[in-house]
Amino acid sequence: MKWDWNAVSDFMPHFWDGLLVTLQALALGSLISFALGLVWALLMRTPTRWVRWPVGVVTEFVRNTPLLVQLFFLFYVLPEWGVTFSALTTGVFAIGLHYSTYTMQVYRAGIEAVPAGQWEAATALNLPRVRTWQVVILPQAIRRVIPALGNYVIAMLKDTPLLMAITVLEMLGQARLYSQEHFQFTEPLTVIGVAFIVISCLASLLLRALERRLVH
Amino acid sequence: MTSGLWDLVLKGIWTTIQLLVFSALLAAAVSFVVGVARTHRRWIVRFLAGFYTEVFRGTSALVMIFWVFFVLPPAFGWQLVPMWAGTLALGLTYGAYGSEIVRGALKAVDPAQQEGGIALSFTPWQRMRLILLPQAVPEMIPPFSNLLIELLKGTALVSVMGMGDLAFSANLVRLALQESAEIYTYLLLIYFVIAFLLTRVMRGLEKKLKAGVGKAPQRGVAAHELKRAETTGVSGGGVA
Repeated sequence: MKWDWNAVSDFMPHFWDGLLVTLQALALGSLISFALGLVWALLMRTPTRWVRWPVGVVTEFVRNTPLLVQLFFLFYVLPEWGVTFSALTTGVFAIGLHYSTYTMQVYRAGIEAVPAGQWEAATALNLPRVRTWQVVILPQAIRRVIPALGNYVIAMLKDTPLLMAITVLEMLGQARLYSQEHFQFTEPLTVIGVAFIVISCLASLLLRALERRLVH
Repeated sequence: MTSGLWDLVLKGIWTTIQLLVFSALLAAAVSFVVGVARTHRRWIVRFLAGFYTEVFRGTSALVMIFWVFFVLPPAFGWQLVPMWAGTLALGLTYGAYGSEIVRGALKAVDPAQQEGGIALSFTPWQRMRLILLPQAVPEMIPPFSNLLIELLKGTALVSVMGMGDLAFSANLVRLALQESAEIYTYLLLIYFVIAFLLTRVMRGLEKKLKAGVGKAPQRGVAAHELKRAETTGVSGGGVA
């Protein structure tokens, strides 16, 4: 096995470019999945089954099909319908949509964990429905679920390389491009592999600290 | 679609199922070996098993696939056929997730059971085989079922390497027919049906195993879904 440090230093500028794109996709994807997941969770609590049933079916479908195929779908089908986004935008949206079906369950668990007494107190105080959600239920529910949401951010980080398949030059995309140009596969791929381990370990340490702060 | 193209899709389904079965078997073996090793008396065994889990859970499955396809061959001088390379990458990655499930289920067995085994002077291996595993395995089935769905979704990744699985053959059909919407809708539906069938099979298995230790299967959707939220991606307790 030959290890060439020159290849590593040549690859590093590309690596930083790729890291930036990865982190951008991760940050935006997380925001979309947090927001959309909350919307799904709230829709699943509406009294009419004409809302609950379609939302349930759609989210179950999205959760049980591969993100890669969903990426292809959005990337190749949307332009046919006359909607054109950049590859990165499409990818961010696909990741956000896919993971919103997971965060939705996290929110649901958080909402269900709010004691019934809180609901009863809100009713006794004659708080309107919207107010009850805004100031009583959601603040307590969301505080509880932040660590679980953080776990999905780490899971999302590990799914960002899929964006390479729709031509986004994130870390893996940069590594592949570099490898094909210079015919050196070992170094770039190992560098980004190590980078993924380091980032996800750092993120999980951060998350554990956050969890301790929120619990106490 | 012409019959020739359907043949292509059927071949793709067959490849995906083969890959799913092989990598699920490898992942199950890895999860049990590593999960049990994490409860070993010696710290070095526990440390090595923990290290394995952190490394393979830390990287992305797709990066792992690239690594097995491109770095292993020049490094060791041999090349795997795509099917085995895909199996290796997926099995090792998802095995690391599975080892957390095994460890969690072993930890959840009532400590009195373990002590009972010690009192009866069972060897550690006998305690594991006769006391801990029979009680822990039924509890592992729901999270394993979720992991199996994740693995099914993961098999689509090998299409990036040009392996002729379901997603890859669907891409070929799309190039032939130039009808993206239709082909990708079919593709998503096929994956969904496979996932649905897998969930059914695993639920049946859970019922059977739990009946063996005198328990009813987990009731209610909420509990099932919560388990899933904990075990997919990164598990709840031990963060990646």
